[in-house]
Order: sequence, then structure tokens, then C-alpha cells
Amino acid sequence: MSTTTPTPTPVSPPVPGPAADAAPATPGRGSGTRRLLAALPDAVRKLDPRVMVRTPVMFVVLVGSVFTTVLALREPGDPFGWAITVWLWLTTLFANLAEAVAEGRGKAQADTLRRARTGTVARRLTPVGTEEKVPGTDLRVGDRVVCEAGDVIPGDGDVVEGVASVDESAVTGESAPVIRESGGDRSAVTGGTRVLSDRIVVTITARPGETFIDRMIRLVEGADRQKTPNEIALTILLASLTLVFLLAVVTLKPFAMYAGADGRTSLVVLTALLVCLIPTTIGALLSAIGIAGMDRLVRRNVLARSGRAVEAAGDVSTLLLDKTGTITLGNRRAAAFLPVRGVTEAEVAEAAQLSSLADETPEGRSIVALAHGTYRVGERHPDELPHATWIAFSARTRMSGVDAGGRRIRKGAAGSVLAWVEEHGGTVPGDARELTDRIAAAGGTPLLVAVEDAGRARVLGVIHLKDVVKEGMRARFGELRRMGIRTVMITGDNPLTARAIAEEAGVDDYLAEATPEDKLALIRREQAGGKLVAMTGDGTNDAPALAQADVGVAMNTGTSAAKEAGNMVDLDSDPTKLIEIVEIGKQLLITRGALTTFSLANDVAKYFAVIPALFAAAYPSLDRLNVMRLASPESAILSAVIFNALIILALVPLALRGVRHRAAGADALLRRNLGLYGLGGLVAPFIGIKLIDLLLSLLPGIG
Amino acid sequence: MSPVLAGILQLLALVVALGLAYRPLGDHMARVYTSSRHLRAERWIYRAIGADPDSEMRWPAYLRGVLAFSAAGVLFLYLLQRLQGSLPGSLGFVSIDPDQAFNTAASFVSNTNWQSYAGEQAMGHLVQTGGLAVQNFVSAAVGMAVAVAFVRGFARSRTGELGNFWTDLVRGVTRVLLPLSVAGALVLVACGTIQNFSGVHEVGRFLGGTQQWNGGAVASQEVIKNLGTNGGGYFNANSAHPFENPNPVSNLFQIFLILLVPVALTRTFGRMVGSVRQGYAILATTGVIWLVLTALMLTTEFAGRGPAFELAGGAMEGKETRFGIAGSSLFAVATTLTSTGAVNSFHSSFTGFGGGIAMLGMQLGEIAPGGVGSGLYGMLIMAVVAVFLAGLMVGRTPEYLGRKIGSREITHAACYLLVTPALVLGLTAASVSLDGPAGATTNTGAHGFSEILYAYTSAAHNNGSAFAGLHADTPWFNTTLGIAMLLGRFLPMVFVLALAGSLARQVPVPATAGTLRTEKPLFSGLLAGTVAIVAGLTYFPALALGPLAEGLAA
Repeated sequence: MSTTTPTPTPVSPPVPGPAADAAPATPGRGSGTRRLLAALPDAVRKLDPRVMVRTPVMFVVLVGSVFTTVLALREPGDPFGWAITVWLWLTTLFANLAEAVAEGRGKAQADTLRRARTGTVARRLTPVGTEEKVPGTDLRVGDRVVCEAGDVIPGDGDVVEGVASVDESAVTGESAPVIRESGGDRSAVTGGTRVLSDRIVVTITARPGETFIDRMIRLVEGADRQKTPNEIALTILLASLTLVFLLAVVTLKPFAMYAGADGRTSLVVLTALLVCLIPTTIGALLSAIGIAGMDRLVRRNVLARSGRAVEAAGDVSTLLLDKTGTITLGNRRAAAFLPVRGVTEAEVAEAAQLSSLADETPEGRSIVALAHGTYRVGERHPDELPHATWIAFSARTRMSGVDAGGRRIRKGAAGSVLAWVEEHGGTVPGDARELTDRIAAAGGTPLLVAVEDAGRARVLGVIHLKDVVKEGMRARFGELRRMGIRTVMITGDNPLTARAIAEEAGVDDYLAEATPEDKLALIRREQAGGKLVAMTGDGTNDAPALAQADVGVAMNTGTSAAKEAGNMVDLDSDPTKLIEIVEIGKQLLITRGALTTFSLANDVAKYFAVIPALFAAAYPSLDRLNVMRLASPESAILSAVIFNALIILALVPLALRGVRHRAAGADALLRRNLGLYGLGGLVAPFIGIKLIDLLLSLLPGIG
Repeated sequence: MSPVLAGILQLLALVVALGLAYRPLGDHMARVYTSSRHLRAERWIYRAIGADPDSEMRWPAYLRGVLAFSAAGVLFLYLLQRLQGSLPGSLGFVSIDPDQAFNTAASFVSNTNWQSYAGEQAMGHLVQTGGLAVQNFVSAAVGMAVAVAFVRGFARSRTGELGNFWTDLVRGVTRVLLPLSVAGALVLVACGTIQNFSGVHEVGRFLGGTQQWNGGAVASQEVIKNLGTNGGGYFNANSAHPFENPNPVSNLFQIFLILLVPVALTRTFGRMVGSVRQGYAILATTGVIWLVLTALMLTTEFAGRGPAFELAGGAMEGKETRFGIAGSSLFAVATTLTSTGAVNSFHSSFTGFGGGIAMLGMQLGEIAPGGVGSGLYGMLIMAVVAVFLAGLMVGRTPEYLGRKIGSREITHAACYLLVTPALVLGLTAASVSLDGPAGATTNTGAHGFSEILYAYTSAAHNNGSAFAGLHADTPWFNTTLGIAMLLGRFLPMVFVLALAGSLARQVPVPATAGTLRTEKPLFSGLLAGTVAIVAGLTYFPALALGPLAEGLAA
């Protein structure tokens, strides 16, 4: 039995998040057996017919088990009848065990989450502005609560006042604190997380019992699990196959009587044959596959609202990816200083550096670094110029600079600097425009550097800011293309810039100067053509598009509106994860298809074992079908039943882990899986049944 | 020339002839069912039956048309037989008994043409030509209409409309079956098949009694019998009768006629869904199954062992010397793989395996190439099931021709697949359990079981061929076989049309590199495998107790 123990879950503490992710599912044998044993009580509890009837195939096995038990009780002296009965019960139990093991993986995570939820006391603000202490469970939507350093946030909500660093490790598993502040896209807080510093006021947006953590608990426990559309379709197909086999076996009794083989076809034997033939392998593992698929997502720190979304991910044919943070590194970097005619590179570099010292944005810092590094301009510090006036970069002016020693230096977005120059009596040289156009055409962002000395403002040169495409993205997009998925880059940049980056990154298409409405329109257009669209988003203005997309992944750092609109939440807020989500969706479907094919292909060998066993006495010629040369009719039938039960256990690890998925076209995947699970399913039982028969034939009374 | 070589040459000739006819006929049918023009004669018909040929029907309306038309056909044929004695053109034959009249009416309307009567001893000119031959045309046209409606389910999108049943029915007759029949009848007459309205002739003495032959419009009925995959012969001996099928050339021509329309319909399918390669893929699956079964049949029949076989030069019992083993084997496979059921030899007298191959041909669902129309929709249903399994294995929710196969679609396909096994196995089980029906066999043991299994297999799959040996003209068999024929024909049509309705409503999913390519050889092979495994798993125990037990004993 030890060879068939399923791969258990990590032995590390069951904390959701990277900690759990870090321990791959390859522990030793001992813990696997332990996990099976731990799941045993659950498996027995699942024998409840009201639960089993939801899986038609296994319900038939349950009825068969009860039936053979009754038959065995009526004839207690028949060891064969008892042996069949025991193995039929084991078949049922193994199926439940598979599901229980799959569910068990989520249970531990749920317990940790539950600890984070219980026993919070909220400091509610009354309308008159005083505080009152109420249990977290008494909070209503719209209540305002105060949280200070050390407090656990009592419920999901939006920060309406203040800034605080928050420890969200209870939800994300990430120990580094995050900043949450009122207004903007970083205002959402999750109940159960802890404020580390400062004071915030939070408006509660979720009722107790419906908070994010509550939903997570239900999700990982599988309490909300509903059959997905494809799972329903497969269940229907399996049920109809079960009916066909029921027909074949029930009519076999009169056929056998006509053939004079009544003696061999006892009701025990026919029940055994039925259980062997109906697709028990996939029937037993179907729900475990679904649960494990969700679990694989949770392990990658993605929470899916429903299994339906995971399934849809496998079907996605268009992937909308935000440029910034997904395709390119979050920030642009300065790549070159280009002087206008009559100005030297060193002058531009020096002015660019000075004007960027007060610019704390990553772009500003990259300009200083470039000037110091590549252009060898001496390092400068703001305190070197005590009388200078520093102008920090702001989103409104889109410029930064310094006024010192009679010079006023400015650097910033082309439009803003040009306006500043003209305002200060300067003219713009033609080659400045030429340079900016050239940079824009190459996909870069031009920043202008200008100076006002001697009463006149003039442009010194241009800074070339460049997006840096993340390493390995080109290869990833190539993989997606082979899988038949089109990638579309979404960016606020102008079309020229967008095209250059799209080409560099290797995406199939781009949407430039994209507004949220454009995004929504693009999704609708793709969907009208029958395509399924996946996207990520975090801002409130992404919410409509997230809701419209077939797979909408909201970043955990995003607003609660975005999280509400999407059907998945990525706790790591890593937009590239969309690609992994698609792969998990595909893997889920492939595992189902592979095990169904395997299950059906198995039946051929079972017929070759059982039919000669039943009828070789009536028609000796049929013994020629006994190609496995099984020892006796009893051992043949019992071997088929035992194989049928053990194969469920043997395939539990595969069901939990999922069939290996490779980024390849449909033809290659089909050829590989058909060979592995179709032909494998045809051959494996011939070997397995023969081996079991060899062992059984050693037993007295059977062989 | 050795008989084996002759057989191979016949097979080659057949493949070449079908290959030549494939494109023109397939394209012609695609035009027939998509054109918006009506012939003048067709307008008269529409006016006469009060149909608006340009209105579109959703699947329930289409189905109502099919069922109403067929019910009227059953009633008309039943009354015609029951009243034969009082009507002109009876050749002096009396009216048919109720159970046999029901059986025959069900049989011809369901395109089965199971015959529990001997034509030349029971049916006069009026019933034969005015009743049975007419149904030979229209029952075939109904099958084609349903197939075309199903194909429209794949070809159309965002609509529930599947075309107009009356238009499809009428055009199938006027533009496909009638012109081909006229040409085919001329060829048959040239081969020596008779065509007249002469009465009963006494032709000398035989075994101490007089022998009677009657003439009739045989060639005209013969051509549609094969072309429409009907199979009901003018004479009891069917295509073994020299008046129906005089020589090896007419024999080969009849096999060609049997396969012609079902094979060409795969082209029509490809044309209508806008990808002839999809049609080729279905054709390839069909061709592989047909060739494999033909090769197996030729092998087992030529490999007959034992002194009796040696003396006769092979398994010649029950076969006509003018066709030989090859001509009989080719015919037997063609007639059972389509829903024709015409025979030029006695399938009961084939080797054990040979009889099993004939039975398996029907149990595969009569889809390679199958009956006119019914073969195409049967194979497409199998394709839906194959796509479901294979589609999952490429990591997408399954889709065929851009249509998603969800729970609604798979439910219809699964119900379709359940109908015939339930009828065949259920009624066979009932028959072998009852003393009367079980005693109606000529043989006992495995061969006796095959006689009954074959009868219900043939009826439920609308084949109509008989194994011989079973005394089927009893109230039990006439009634249960009649029910099997009607349910085996029309229940699947319900599911086919319902499936077409839900397919036509969908927005097609565009194909990408991640889409399962259903026009590739890999899929054709997978489809053939699915067909084999579904039929094999359903019927293996039954086949083991009949033809396998017999064949393995030889």
C-alpha cells in the first residue's frame, strides 16, 4: 500500500502565502500515510447517501456495496462474496478519502485565518465624535471605527482619515508592512490585519460574516464549493455512461440464462462487474481535482471567488496586461542626455542632475544616477547650495528644479517645460522638438531641461526616459502565443511609445492612451467575437472592466471596489500572475480529461478479465478471450475489482497535483495526453490485474 | 483471376467511383440546401401542403414537422395495407394483418425496411409502388433534412433557426433523390433488373408444384432502396433475387448506390460549415472504419476452414454464386454500416465472426457512413463526445467547430447515445427471457442468441436486414420490432434537433493555437477510437455470447 500513498501537502506550518508555497509537495511516505489516516474519519462521514448522491457514479457503487453486503449476509459461508463486498466498500471509501484529503489541505489554512478573525473589539465613532467599544461582530456597514498602532482592524473597510502602516501577513503571508492611506487607490483595509503605526479612521464596508477573511475561510474549506459548468457537463456524461453499463450488466443476466451460464452470474458477480465498468476512477477523483485546483491557486496566493472563474481561465484567449508593473519594471529610467545645438552633453547632464536633486520620484533618482554614473558629473547634494530654492516634483506642475546663484533650472515633461520657457521670454529651438519626437518614436519619454539665466530662458537638452521591459517577458509571451493566447498591452502612453514597447516586449497588440472606458470597450469587443478575456486591475476606475472580463484579477493592494468587481484577488499583487492562473485553469481541465480517458480505457481489460470468467463454462471457446490467463473465474473477478479500487488510491496524488501542463499547442498536448492516459489506460490494467491475480492465486480457495 | 484478387479489384473500383462522385454530389447537395430559389414544381407542392417555404423554424417547430409528417406516413401505409384487399392493383393479395401492417408501416417510415413479409407473396402493385416506394423516397429525405438542420446548428450563430423542414424535405426528393434515382434505374435496367407492371406468371413445375413469378416496377424501387439506404426489397430474397440484382456489375453498382449519398454528405457538411477539411476529417474516420470492417469481413469469409468450406471453395453457404465471397462480403459490410439492410446473401450463414462483423457494423451506430442523413448526424454526435474528452485534454472547455460543448449539449448527445443500446439490449433481454419469442429461433445456443440480438440491433438502428433463421412474423416480434424501429428513428432525432438548436444560438469561439484541431488526422483517429470504444463497451458482453462464442469455436 505504501507505494500508492498520495502526495500530501507541505509539512510546514499551514500559513497561507509564500511560506506554504515555499515547501513543495514532495514529503516522505510516512506523512502521506498519516494524512490519509487523518482524512479517514471525514471519508467515513461522507458515506452519507445524501452526500454521495451528488456523485452519481459513486452513488451506484455505494448502492452496490450495500447490495452485496445484504447478499453476503444471506450466505455468510461464501468467502468470495465477502471479499467482493469488502472491496466494493473500499472502493467507495477510497473515493471519499480522495475528496477528504483534498479538503484537508484547506482546513489547516482556514484555522489560521479563523484565529485572525475572532475576538476583535472595535472602537466605534459615535455621530457626536466620541468613541465606544463594541464587539467586532456588532459592526454594520457605514460604521466608522478608529484604529491605532497595535489595534486589529475589526472589519473590511476604506480608510477615510489618516495614514498607517499595516501588517497584512494574516491574509497575505507577507511580513513586510504596507501603507494604507485615505483617498486614492491604497485605501482599502482588510479585517483581521493589524495597524503597526499611526492612527486611521475606517468606514466599514462589509457586514460581519461577509468580510474578506470570512470569504477566504469558506473558500479554502470548500464550504461554498459548487460544481463548475464543465464539471456538471462531465458528471452528466459519466452518469450516462453509468446508465449504459447498467443496461449492459442488467441484461447480461437473461442473456446468461439463455446461454445456460446462470450459475456463474450470481448477483454478487454482476454487481462486481458493474462497479468495474462504470467510470469509478474519474467519478471518485472528480471533486478532488476541482478542490485541488482551487488549492493550487490559494498556494500561489490567489483567491478565486468561484471554480467557474478558474475554469474560464483555461479558456482565456485574450490577456490584457497593464504595461507598468507587468510588462515593464514599475518605473522609467533615464537612458541618455541629448543636448540641443550649441550646448554640450556635460552641461545638460549637470543641469539635469541639479534640477532633479529635489525630485524624489524614481525617474528623478534615475536621472541623478545616470549623470553621476555614465556622464561622470560630480556628485552633488542639496545642502551644498545653502541659499538655493528647491522646487520638488509635483504631479500638478510636472516639473522640478532649483533656483540658485542667479540661475533657475527646470526639468520636466516636455509640455510643461516648453510653457515655462515661453513664459520666461525664451524661444524653443527646432532641434529640441526634433529630439523629443525622436525619443517618443523610439518608445521613450522625453523630458526637457531648461535654464533661465540673464533674463532669458532657453532649452538645454532632452533627457531620454525609457521603460525597462522585465526580463523573460518576451519568452513568456512566446509561450502564451503557442498556447493560443493573444496578449494585449494596456498603457496610458501615446501610440508611438506604446508600439515601441509592445515590439520590444513581444506582445501581440497594444492599446495606447487607454482610458478605463477604452479598456471596457476593448473587452466587450473581444467578447462579442466569442473570446474570453482576462485582465488585472487595482484602481476603482478598473472596476467596470474587471467586472466585465471573464477572468478579472484584482490586486490586493487595490481599492475595495476593484476587489469587489473582480472574480479573483491576488494577495501578492503581482500582475504577471495572470499567466500562472491561466496555466492552473488549463491544468485543471487537462487532469479531468486525462483521468476520464484513463478510466474508460481501463474497461477493455476488465471485460477481458470478467467475460471469460463468467462464460467460459457455457462456451469453452470464450476461454480464448482470457488473454491474461487468470487463475480462476473467482480470482479474475476479484482481481478486476481490487485493481479498480487500488487505481483510485494510486491516482490521488495525480489528481491533487494535476497533470503536468506544458506551454504547447493543442495538437502536441493532445498527442501527449492521449498516448499517456489513453494508451496507458488501455495497457496498465492488463498488467495490474495479472499481478493481483498472481498474488490472489496463492490464497487457498481462490486460486 | 483468384476470388481474392477479384474482391480487391471490386473494392478499388468502388473507392474510385465514390471518389469521383464525392465532390460534385457533395457540393450539389450543399447548394440544394442553401439556395433560396424554388423550382416551379416545388412551389406547387408547397402550395398544396400549405407550407411557407421561406419561413425559418426553431428546433421544436422543425421537430414537429418531422414527427407530423412521419406519423401521417405511418397511418397512410397502415391503412393502405389493411385495405389492400379492397383496393385496385392488389394482384389478388388479401389485406395485411394488423400487427404486420403496423410493423411494415413503422419499418418503411423509419427508413428501416425490416420486412416480416415476403413481398412477392403479400404486396400488390399499389402498396409496393404507391406506398412502400414513396416512403423509400420521403423517409430518406427526412433523414437528410434532419442532418442538414443539424449541420446548420454548426453553421449558424446567434439564432435558433434551423431552416424549414418542408423545404428541406421537398428539395431532398426533387433535387437529389429523384434525379439520381432516374439515372440509377436506367443503369439497373441496362444491367438486367426488371421494370414492368405485369402480373403473376406461372413458370413451369418445381419440386412437384407450380412456381409463380411476378413482375413489377422493380428497378425503380431497387434504385431508391439502395440510394435512400432503405433496403426493403421488392422480393423476399432482396438483392439476392436475380430480378433485383442480376449480376456482379449490378451488385457493385448497388453497393455504390448504398454508399453514395452518405459519403457525399460529409462533403456537404464541410461546405456548409465553411471548411471542407472538416468534412474530410469525418470522411476519413468513416473510410477507416469501413475499410477495416471490410478487410476483416473478407479475411474471415475467405479463411473459412473445414471440409464443407473446402468443397464449396470457401464460406459459400447462403451466398449467391454469381457474387461470390467478395461480392457478398462487400455488400454485407456496406449494407450494415449504412442503415440500408438490403442483403444479397444470408448473414446468418456467414462465419461466426462474419455475422458478428455485420452486427458490429450496425452497433457502431450506423455512422460509417451510415444512413442517408442519419449517418452524418450520428457521426457528428460521436464527434461531439470525442471533442468533449479530447478538448479537456488540451486544457480548454471543449468546443467543436467553435461551439462550446457544455452541459446542455452533452446532455443531448448522451441521451442520443442511450436510446439504441436501451432498445437493443432491453428488448433482446425480454425476448430471450420469454418462452414464445425465445423459441422462435431456428438454432439454439450462441447462434440462436445471435438471431434475436441481430433482429433488435437491426430494428433499433433502422437497418432492416435480417439475420435469417428468426421467425419474426409473430405479434410479439412485429410489435416490439415496430416499436424499436420508431423509437430508434425518432427519439434520436429529438435530441439531434434540440442539440442543433442550442448550437445555433451560440456565439462561435474563434480558433487559436490552443484550440483542438478537428480537421487533423489525429482527431479522425480519436473519433474512430471513440466510436469503437463506445460501441465495444456497450455490446461486448452480448457479442461475446453470440458471434464471438461461435467464431472463437471455429
